[in-house]
Amino acid sequence: MAKVMQKADVVIVGFGWTGAIMAKELTEAGLSVVALERGPMRDTYPDGSYPQVIDELTYSIRRKLFADTSKETVTIRHNVSQTALPYRQLGAFLPGDGVGGAGLHWSGVHLRVDPVELRLRSHYEERYGKNFIPDGMTIQDFGVTYEELEPYFDFAEKVFGTSGQAWTVKGELVGKGKGGNPFAPDRSDHFPLTPQKNTVSAQLFQKAAWDVGYHPYDLPSANTSGPYTNPYGCQMGPCNFCGYCSGYVCYMYSKSSPNLNILPALRQEPKFELRADAHVLKVNLTDDKKLATGVTYVDAQGNEIEQPADIVILGAFQFNNVRLMLLSGIGKPYDPKTGEGVVGKNFAYQNMATIKAYFDKDQHFTNPFIGAGGNGVAVDDFNADNFDHGPHGFVGGSPFWVNQAGTRPIAGVSNPPGTPNWGSQWKAAAADYYNHQLSMDAHGAHQSYRDNYLDLDPTYKDAYGMPLLRMTFDWKENDIKMTHFMVDKMKRIAEAMNPKAINVQVKAPGTHFNTVSYQTTHLNGGAIMGTDPKTSALNRYLQSWDVHNVFVPGASAFPQGLGYNPTGLVAALTYWSARAIREQYLKNPGPLVQA
Amino acid sequence: MSVDDTSNARRDFLRKSLTLIPVVTLATTGGASLALAETKERQRDEDKPGQSARADAYQPTFFTPEEWAFIHAAVARLIPADDRGPGAVEAGVPEYIDRQMNTPYAQGANWYMQGPFQPDAPSEMGYQLKLNPQQVFRLGIKAADDWSRQQHGKPFAELDTATQDAALRQFEAGKAEFDPLPAKTFFAALLQSTKEGFFCDPIHGGNKDMVGWKLVGFPGARADFMDWVERDVAYPFPPVSIRGERA
Repeated sequence: MAKVMQKADVVIVGFGWTGAIMAKELTEAGLSVVALERGPMRDTYPDGSYPQVIDELTYSIRRKLFADTSKETVTIRHNVSQTALPYRQLGAFLPGDGVGGAGLHWSGVHLRVDPVELRLRSHYEERYGKNFIPDGMTIQDFGVTYEELEPYFDFAEKVFGTSGQAWTVKGELVGKGKGGNPFAPDRSDHFPLTPQKNTVSAQLFQKAAWDVGYHPYDLPSANTSGPYTNPYGCQMGPCNFCGYCSGYVCYMYSKSSPNLNILPALRQEPKFELRADAHVLKVNLTDDKKLATGVTYVDAQGNEIEQPADIVILGAFQFNNVRLMLLSGIGKPYDPKTGEGVVGKNFAYQNMATIKAYFDKDQHFTNPFIGAGGNGVAVDDFNADNFDHGPHGFVGGSPFWVNQAGTRPIAGVSNPPGTPNWGSQWKAAAADYYNHQLSMDAHGAHQSYRDNYLDLDPTYKDAYGMPLLRMTFDWKENDIKMTHFMVDKMKRIAEAMNPKAINVQVKAPGTHFNTVSYQTTHLNGGAIMGTDPKTSALNRYLQSWDVHNVFVPGASAFPQGLGYNPTGLVAALTYWSARAIREQYLKNPGPLVQA
Repeated sequence: MSVDDTSNARRDFLRKSLTLIPVVTLATTGGASLALAETKERQRDEDKPGQSARADAYQPTFFTPEEWAFIHAAVARLIPADDRGPGAVEAGVPEYIDRQMNTPYAQGANWYMQGPFQPDAPSEMGYQLKLNPQQVFRLGIKAADDWSRQQHGKPFAELDTATQDAALRQFEAGKAEFDPLPAKTFFAALLQSTKEGFFCDPIHGGNKDMVGWKLVGFPGARADFMDWVERDVAYPFPPVSIRGERA
């Protein structure tokens, strides 16, 4: 028999960005909140203490802050005819674990969204006609507009302490010639902090981008350009470009995280309780499956515990939210054969390509050990629908950037193409090129397709005996076409730098999804928001259409992948959802949108 | 400016006791001038608290003497000592790998290790063997030595360096047939561990005297570059380690 805890108004599964934002918003509304985090307690002290944290082997290579796959992982296959195999070691994507979640180990690229991407299907149909979207591509509208979300983007940037340069504020041009992005939508206010300095690599990219006629801008970063106190009273110190950002806890209190920017305020709140090492097994529902009664979790000692609550927030990582819905019976599972059902539908990723440029040792010192996770220079000329897709025959856009987050030599030594992988030639090239290279990405949007989806694996189980989530996923013709187009456009920037050698990393036609090489952790969909319960699991307020007291914030709600990094939109959508709970749901608990 | 300027009893004691060391160093490095240089370096190292013993003084706790000979010989070819500076052996890579073999990682503690296993899955599906890193090294070294005996009549460590290089290329390309695991898998683990041991913080037993970091110009644990962000120049300061050693 599970031990039953005292009922809370709200139970939150997962304490990353979405869990922390919800906890803050809902305790402000006077509710009692219990947050359950499957991993251990983590914070700047002791996990980010200098100099212990400056340890590439422990953090990047042995993956200290990342999910422990021995306990829980996913299985992967490329199509429905195959048997999925476990993702035994972390590779292509790196979900987090512990208090702060992915928000503790992230880099800090903090973008909003291109408004077009929130109504992607409608926009493409209007501009290019219905036939332009290929068969089997299941892109949808989010069901919410940029204008509706703008106040929440603005507030999230103030909570995160984001450094950046606006293009327009309330219609007034403020960012020309100062690092603003001419393609950015209008804003209600400036960024809370001015842009960070630009590394040599970013300066080279900026100049080369201008030279080839593109419009470079300073990448907004949730790394501080100066000291900052956020609206919750949490304090940050200026980033010193130490280069230990992505995969690390920031020892300088400069990279925003749930631990640094929200948790200190929550600790003052008597109605908030955070329990680490609490692994949630399922959401408990009433017999008619119309209402959640709380969750059941396992604590560090293996005890099964029930936490009753009136509202359940699934704030876990993208695919864990989907898995919990499937394990609990919330919403109808998606079936790719019929296209019916919604949970697991529209699983999408990020369509990446990379170009590395190598300089002569007297040409440039790019010093790639200097860096900040969100820092860099980008161009949006080919993002979203900022160019005419008509002649090119693919859906989707891509920002390009140099985002020098700091590389370290175990993983970061990279030699020009043709260099052997070991021996004296490898060693000489490592010595000659390590400090004379840069890397740029085409961080492409990724579309959703009828047969890229998530369900429960029939064979493999986690450490608690529950089925693993199964990913059925592969690259499609549209993805390959787009990434080749993008790489050609980005290559012009690389060539304009006049490097000694370049290395283009792009998926060849027919390439299957590779689970080994790191791409990004920007996984999307599976519990998507939308306007119709037949085609989405959540309504526009991230509320389950089927179980009205379950809300599911996170990139699991994205009907397809964005060109930008997801965290900015994830945070804004979470504030938007929290506000709907506070202002509408609490007064009249029930569906916020009538199906 | 360094600790060398401050004299104390501990240092005097160490300096006196050091006279015993060159005998050992001589035996393994062969060459009086080298041994002398090593003595001086050792004196400097011993002045720093927490400094571990030199690479050649380390006694393995996981590897057998035969395995230890293989590791030494193989990493010496993967990152050789040459005109660009010290290689993997001088950096303490064998010690690093031996020490790693006694960590939870080497027992596969944070890998998903439930069956069924499909070891013949295509490479893009990731690691699908039942073996943990301890087994990959133990079985791989034996298979490599068996292969070497079959092809050349002696274990890998006793081959001349050109034959060793050719053998490693066969392992790398998967052209050598190993019975217990693919040669490619073993080679990839060996090479990755060698680079880890060459470039990790010295706290893990490798990268002694920060030779890996000095080679490429990586400043280690300095971790404060506010004044150097925008400058297209060589960063002028040598590396420091977590323990505070300065190169």
